[in-house]
Amino acid sequence: MSDSHIHLTRVAAARWRLALLLTAIMTFVYVGFILLIAFDKPLLGTILVPGLSLGILLGMLIIVTAWVLIMIYVRWTNTHYDHRVADERRARREGR
Amino acid sequence: MQSGQTNFVAMAGFAIFIGLSLVITWFAARRTRSTESFYAAGRSITAFQNGLALAGDYMSAASFLGIAGLVALSGFDGLIYSIGFLVGWPVVVCLIAEPIRNLGRYTFSDVVAFRLRQTPVRVAAAAGSLAVVAFYLIAQMVGAGNLIRLLFGLNYETAVVIVGLVMLAYVLFGGMIATTWVQIVKAVLLLSGAFMLAMMVLMKFSFNPLALFQAAAAQYGNGVLAPGGFVAGQVEGVSLGLALMFGTAGLPHILMRFYTVPDARTARVSVAYATAAIGTFYLLTFILGFGAMVLVGQPAIRAIDAGGNMAAPLLAEAVGGQAFLGFISAVAFATILAVVAGLTLAGAAALSHDIYVHVFRRGKASETEELRVARGATIALALFAIVLGIAFKGQNVAYMVGLAFAIAASANFPALVMSMFWRGFTTRGAQASILFGTISTLLLIYLSPTIQIDLLKHSTAYFPYKNPGLFTIPSSFLVGIVISLLTPEPAAQQGFAKLEHQIHLGEEEP
Repeated sequence: MSDSHIHLTRVAAARWRLALLLTAIMTFVYVGFILLIAFDKPLLGTILVPGLSLGILLGMLIIVTAWVLIMIYVRWTNTHYDHRVADERRARREGR
Repeated sequence: MQSGQTNFVAMAGFAIFIGLSLVITWFAARRTRSTESFYAAGRSITAFQNGLALAGDYMSAASFLGIAGLVALSGFDGLIYSIGFLVGWPVVVCLIAEPIRNLGRYTFSDVVAFRLRQTPVRVAAAAGSLAVVAFYLIAQMVGAGNLIRLLFGLNYETAVVIVGLVMLAYVLFGGMIATTWVQIVKAVLLLSGAFMLAMMVLMKFSFNPLALFQAAAAQYGNGVLAPGGFVAGQVEGVSLGLALMFGTAGLPHILMRFYTVPDARTARVSVAYATAAIGTFYLLTFILGFGAMVLVGQPAIRAIDAGGNMAAPLLAEAVGGQAFLGFISAVAFATILAVVAGLTLAGAAALSHDIYVHVFRRGKASETEELRVARGATIALALFAIVLGIAFKGQNVAYMVGLAFAIAASANFPALVMSMFWRGFTTRGAQASILFGTISTLLLIYLSPTIQIDLLKHSTAYFPYKNPGLFTIPSSFLVGIVISLLTPEPAAQQGFAKLEHQIHLGEEEP
């Protein structure tokens, strides 16, 4: 197995780790929200300030969480991952 | 607003949109000469354009009118749906978008069949795609017929035929290029329409959404700000949530959009734009729903349509008069057309690229031949949509969108993920997983209270839950794993290194 193959495997593994972590966070947050609704409706109905219940606040925060997770992924892949893959591609072309 | 009355602004808006989209189609048709342009717009769409087109493909009339109505009639519960439709997108960008772009050409079956035996996998994956497309399409057509009847005063059958024929023109002549631009125009119209409407509502509450929610609570009680009966229990809630979340990553018309961009990076960035647009739209929908609840009132909304589907148009009339109602109606119509065009194109690709080219012709069809078959399949699907749209007149088909998401999550998503992540996945495993996911979802929905009690009027249902996702998604994975372990396939294992390489480096050979 060549050096460059090992290198690519390492870059790839780093991306899958991040991807799985972010997917797990999203699943955990969303399923948690649903379970909270299922188990404790009155809690989510708590009025924090007039017009704003805990449920509405958390719901909005989940939309924001989805945005933030996507930003983290796109930022990381655009800066780190793409460069490493591009280096890899160049190394292969020169090595050939 | 009286239902079924002719609104001239609406008619004019409707005519302008059709005219504009046919002009787009005419330009697109001159550039649609190859399969690559027909299915994938020549891979020339930019990240921002594809982001809007994804949003246009995804935000159906059900989400615009349905969720606004749900919020107007039940408050907080509508939010659960809107969130569910958004949380699938991080999954799409992290796990699906880039590999799809790098591994396949036109359909998601390309990815599943990458290192497996083409024929059996293609048949199964195309069946999974077509099941999703069919149910989604029927739901959209029936919705279109009802809406256009209410909004424009056309009769139901005429409305369904018009939608079918206009959509056929886009896809048949303009392929993916026309479909993409129709989706972009629709996304811009829908976002700006929802934004204007939300601003007109908030103007009455000194631009403070909390003042609006407070007014709703003052009128209907604090209950509208808290969860109601919508999530009936933990199993039902989680089951629905999982189907919405993982279903997005298995919708063939959404996955197909990733082939329209030049590379994986563009595919990834386009999801960020799409999610920004979709998330903003759902936040606005929430304002619209509460706005309708307060400014139109629940009894008036129910009086026109018991399901609440007319909440947003009624609100438009209440804050902006007949002209604004007309504009919002035209936007709702554009919304339907863009979604059915995307669905039809995805279905046509499954029939021609997967079934005809790879199964019947064993991958040996010429490009001209494939293009001809794809166009034939488009005509067949448009007729199918029109006929079934009319056949299901008056039926409650709201469950069909849920069904489409549940099949996408249980049949397409597991096979897609296992084919990309697991070296030991085999042809038989893929086949079994997809077929099991499709059939078990159909069967459990048939046995559920939705069909047994609500539709067939039986007193009990054989399966207690309306949403099968919690059971069908894990068992599809399990079936795929067990069958793969029982049928080892050395060729598929050897192909895995090439797949890993191509996921990251694109189509370049080592």
